[in-house]
Amino acid sequence: MNMLVCIKQVPDTTEIRIDPVKHTLIRDGVPSIVNPFDAYALECAARIKDKNPDAKITLVCMGPPQAMDALKTCLAVGGDKAYLVSGREFGGSDTLATSYILATAIKKIEETEGKFDIIFCGKQAIDGDTAQVGPEIAEHLDYPQVTYAHEAFAEGDLVKVKKEVDEGFEMIGVKTPCVITVTKPNFEPRYPSIKSKMAANRKEIPTIAFADLESIIDSGRIGLKGSPTKVKKTFTPEVKTGGIIIKEDTNEASAKVLFERLVADKVM
Amino acid sequence: MEAKTKDLWVFIETTDEGNAKNVGLELLGAGRGLADKQGGKLVAIVIGNNVDAAVKASTTYGADKVIVVEGSEYQHYTTDAYTNAMYALVEKYAPTSILIGATNNGRDMGPRLSCRLKTGLTADCTQLAIDEESGNVAWTRPAFGGNLMATILCPDNRPQIGTVRPGVFKKGEPDESRSAEIIKEDFHVAPEAIRTQLLEVIKEVAGELVDLEGAEIIVSGGRGVGGPEGFKPIKELADALGGVVGASRAAVDSGWIAHAHQVGQTGKTVGPKVYIACGISGAIQHLAGITGSKTIIAINKDETAAIFNVADYGVVGDLFEIVPALTAQIKKLKGIE
Amino acid sequence: MNNTVLDFGFTPDQKDLQMMVREFGEKELTWEKMREFDDRGEIPMEAYKKAAEMGLTAITIPEEFGGAGMGQVENAILSEELGYWNGGFATTVLANGLAFDPVLLFGNDEQKAYYAKYIVDGGFAAFALTEANAGSDAGALRTTAVKEGDEYVINGCKCFITNGGVADVYTVFALTDPDAGARGLSCFIVERDRKGVSVGKEEDKLGIRTSNTCEVIFDNVRIPAKNLVGQEGKGFKIAMTTFDLTRPAAVGAGTIGGARFLIDQCVQYAMVRTTFGQPILTNQAIQFKIADMEIGTQAARALVYRAAEMLDAGVVDTTIAASAKVAGSDNLLKVSAEAIQIFGGNGYSREYPIATIYRDAKIYQIYEGTNEIQRMVIIKSMLKAYM
Repeated sequence: MNMLVCIKQVPDTTEIRIDPVKHTLIRDGVPSIVNPFDAYALECAARIKDKNPDAKITLVCMGPPQAMDALKTCLAVGGDKAYLVSGREFGGSDTLATSYILATAIKKIEETEGKFDIIFCGKQAIDGDTAQVGPEIAEHLDYPQVTYAHEAFAEGDLVKVKKEVDEGFEMIGVKTPCVITVTKPNFEPRYPSIKSKMAANRKEIPTIAFADLESIIDSGRIGLKGSPTKVKKTFTPEVKTGGIIIKEDTNEASAKVLFERLVADKVM
Repeated sequence: MEAKTKDLWVFIETTDEGNAKNVGLELLGAGRGLADKQGGKLVAIVIGNNVDAAVKASTTYGADKVIVVEGSEYQHYTTDAYTNAMYALVEKYAPTSILIGATNNGRDMGPRLSCRLKTGLTADCTQLAIDEESGNVAWTRPAFGGNLMATILCPDNRPQIGTVRPGVFKKGEPDESRSAEIIKEDFHVAPEAIRTQLLEVIKEVAGELVDLEGAEIIVSGGRGVGGPEGFKPIKELADALGGVVGASRAAVDSGWIAHAHQVGQTGKTVGPKVYIACGISGAIQHLAGITGSKTIIAINKDETAAIFNVADYGVVGDLFEIVPALTAQIKKLKGIE
Repeated sequence: MNNTVLDFGFTPDQKDLQMMVREFGEKELTWEKMREFDDRGEIPMEAYKKAAEMGLTAITIPEEFGGAGMGQVENAILSEELGYWNGGFATTVLANGLAFDPVLLFGNDEQKAYYAKYIVDGGFAAFALTEANAGSDAGALRTTAVKEGDEYVINGCKCFITNGGVADVYTVFALTDPDAGARGLSCFIVERDRKGVSVGKEEDKLGIRTSNTCEVIFDNVRIPAKNLVGQEGKGFKIAMTTFDLTRPAAVGAGTIGGARFLIDQCVQYAMVRTTFGQPILTNQAIQFKIADMEIGTQAARALVYRAAEMLDAGVVDTTIAASAKVAGSDNLLKVSAEAIQIFGGNGYSREYPIATIYRDAKIYQIYEGTNEIQRMVIIKSMLKAYM
């Protein structure tokens, strides 16, 4: 089983604060982390590898050179090899352009690593929250997809995927090659071991630049100019105000006041 | 692709039984104003099997025209069947805009479709408008876990597509007397073109079915409930109100309650009439998931908790005394003993 | 979190280790998760299993025997980061290194490989020296080991043994020559599954309740002669040399973690807790308390890492090692008492983790040689330089 996991390095959105005066995001000092959904995707791949020791996990990440750190983190928890896709030409890409670059890079990586049976992605990245790049990679490659996966089980060329739906779960069967996007499962990703961590720090991570893809990529479909969507403006959401605070002498009294207000205001 | 019409399409997601899900009907309400401004018709797209009920609902809730694709292969949603059908319809009619509910299925199909059409898609929108300068749809959506809002245009490609968060827009008033042009398209997808197979339906363990997205009342517990037993008063209040139990990430991560109950960025986005947050401090990721609520009530002993900034009613005090007292009052009101 | 105290000129690998353990603690060892184990007086086994899989329980075991092959600075980083979240858990994990060190320092390769495997595979090891009538006074020990052919027969009862109830293997100190006192002491490897090894009563402790402390009884336990570590009669030296190695990291660094946690908690609490309309942090009384907590912790931390660095450089300095243990543990007790004072009633309540650390703190002044013994060791070592 030859697997690829797509990784994105994202700012830890739990650490982002709003400048109370300028109403802008304060990004200074916000740590960069591996997108949590990508970590779940990697764990799904690693669980398949646990059962199939011959399986191989390759990682790919598109981003600036610092995104190498995200790849190193992932190499320590199951990744065997990693590639960074990086270049100014790729900057400003929306999801369609990003997925096109990644799909093209995947074809390039397959020249070295062989054809991938399963391509795993996180359901979405926590900075953009679009959930689009995974399905779009599948479309570019013309592969079937299963989204919102909790876990995947490989049986020969059949992959069984436990998919979250509104009413619970479905077990979906899909043949390889395929794309699977992973949501938050009921398990946490494994921790690195000291040895795997130290080994990951010493691994070489090749960079795939625009020049490496030039012969197979349509430069009109990448970067800002290749992106159909344009950001017109960004703004911080308005903070709702005007709520009522209830704090009576006893909790009992507070509950009574709340109840009376709710009835009076016809909330209940 | 060039748009052939100024029509705005709304994808009406259907259940396996052929009924329209709420989100599509909400989008008909939201789409009316946009369609009028664009000078086109409001068109409902209904794909499924035996979908008369969904077609009827689309008409009742405001569609000028309904395009229907029926077949047994559409009874249960699959990426391939639905994307192929939608793609064929778009090729034929070339609308200017498409709204899709940002449900699991909508967000599965949307990017597949937009990518095949090589056009732009804006995900999980919470505000829709027409950009005055350009006449494009101005899609506004939260990013960075709700810390930032972005307004996005798709100026040069058609159709312009967006998925829209369920529960943000309200359904319009149904009008049984309305009529609409119904077009049936005979389009089928060959079995081998559907590359995924439903092997098994796994229902949640009995009593664990949690419909947070459809709930009108949600009572949620967070770190402040202190443990699995702490959810008992939360559940009792939810039961008294006929609501559903939710939870913050802190409570879920501590193993006190199943992930199916989680509300927030890594859980469910909800839009109930009443959201009661008990012992939840109000991390931005949690707030991002509850802003669609009509009324937010917060109960927390920490006066400085961020949850109070968004609450319509904030009660400072011990949830273990306030929640049972509230439950008792409500039971009394409803005459339950 | 206050990051100013964290960078001690660590190498990139050491910083990675620090982040790894910190993230592990943040997820697995929070007060919310540890409280039930603290209540029941149990080791959180799930967390221990994960720590073992990460290689944290075998951090100082050489790579050739399956460990991470790291030194005392890394051991101190581990101890500090675990101690930040839970002193009992830190004690449980670090006790493995304490038990293995005599074998590492004085055993042969076969013994090292044999013993290491228990820990590397996720098991527990225990260092068994203390007895009811002999703690720091190792000369008063009564457990005996009598040689019979190719075997030793061990009889005796050890008490206050960390990991005693869960260990798969023990490092046991017993008298091979009862008349020679401390000079008749020897060190043995005793497996839990040997006939005659049993676990006695478990201590119901004031603090570090997430660790296991038991009596271990040896009743005519026969072990092969090859389980003798080093030579007969070298047991006392082996124990003392081991303590020189373990005091800075296993004990000293753990106290630094606990103190850092309390400082973080106090600052956060004092910013939001208001009296007379002002956050209590605006009171100089509170500011000075916190500043003093920081001073004591920075000083102890410098000493702990200095001692660890010296050990890694091969310099055994009993004074520095013992001083690090005393400075850290005395500081933690002071810091935890002040932290409760800052938290007031909330500090005294078990709702908050502050009271737990206050209970945990006391042990560091007691185990691995009481602070009084440390002072005796220090003065003895100092006076040599004046003679």
